[in-house]
Amino acid sequence: MAHHHAEPQVTVLPPDTAKIKKLWMTALILLVITVVEFIVAFTIPHEYKDARVWIFVIMTIVKAAYIVGEFMHLKYETKFLMWSILIPIIFIVWMLVAFVYEGMAIGVAR
Amino acid sequence: MASTSATATASWDGGSSPMNASYGKLMMWFFLLSDAFTFSALLITYGLVRSSHAAYDGLVDAFTFSQTYWPIPEKVFEAVPFLHGMELPLVFVGIMTFVLIMSSVTMVLAVEAGHRMDRKAVEKWMLWTLLGGITFLSCQAWEWAHFIHGTDAGSTLADGTKFFGANLSFNQYGPPDFAAFFFFITGFHGFHVFSGVCLNFLIYYNTVTGVYERRGHYEMVEKVGLYWHFVDLVWVFVFTFFYLV
Repeated sequence: MAHHHAEPQVTVLPPDTAKIKKLWMTALILLVITVVEFIVAFTIPHEYKDARVWIFVIMTIVKAAYIVGEFMHLKYETKFLMWSILIPIIFIVWMLVAFVYEGMAIGVAR
Repeated sequence: MASTSATATASWDGGSSPMNASYGKLMMWFFLLSDAFTFSALLITYGLVRSSHAAYDGLVDAFTFSQTYWPIPEKVFEAVPFLHGMELPLVFVGIMTFVLIMSSVTMVLAVEAGHRMDRKAVEKWMLWTLLGGITFLSCQAWEWAHFIHGTDAGSTLADGTKFFGANLSFNQYGPPDFAAFFFFITGFHGFHVFSGVCLNFLIYYNTVTGVYERRGHYEMVEKVGLYWHFVDLVWVFVFTFFYLV
């Protein structure tokens, strides 16, 4: 007799409705922020360039926090893992500030 | 075993996972961190080059394309498929953003279903995620085609000739660097989306054939899910810094 490989017994758990609701709420927040970004883009005049840029940057960081925290679940991982990922981001901020200032200096020098 | 110590330091002595995450998941996180550095390098270089160019300082309504200053993005990206000749600034890119966010939600729902060993639900949500990814890629293909072919009017060069669209050395919208960064940044992101769609298909295939059910867990869905959310995350930044600012 050939050995018959039995299919594994799988117990399917019922959907976690509270968790699923929270995920849809996160999606809704992301979409609302994107819509607000559109409103800002077409209501605040281009003359206020600095204000526009800062509003966009802050809203982008809020969106990124929701994606990384909720969708990627980083908020609920151990603190050690969370900071291992977040602390190196300092280098990106440093690089950003340094390079944009450098770019402005190049623009003046031209 | 005999040790009853439950302090945080003892968990680093071996035999347990101090970060409470599997090897594969940790490595995915650290890969994504390195990938974040790569994308940051691209976006920051874009910031440097853009801030070294002159900005357009006239009235927005009177804006025309010129090689002498960086264009206002909403004046460049205003075309929508099937609506030829209509000025709809940033509408199409807004649709693309919506599609990508939705496919991120369906991915995280697939992960949730995987935790419950619900094979049918994982299959369903992976199919939606695949659909979202393919839709996004199709939109980007159209966007690139339009960007390369240019507008009906084109722009007039100093010697009176007309130039339409864009290539790597010249474009109708602004300085050559503008198109170069558009191709490189959205192209690099698009390639990530393409890789993500391939990985998502692999996950879907393995789910349908019951690989994960026999394995007893759906952790692969979670790992590829991390990658897929990262692609969405990068798009949030590209959307802000390339299209909005």
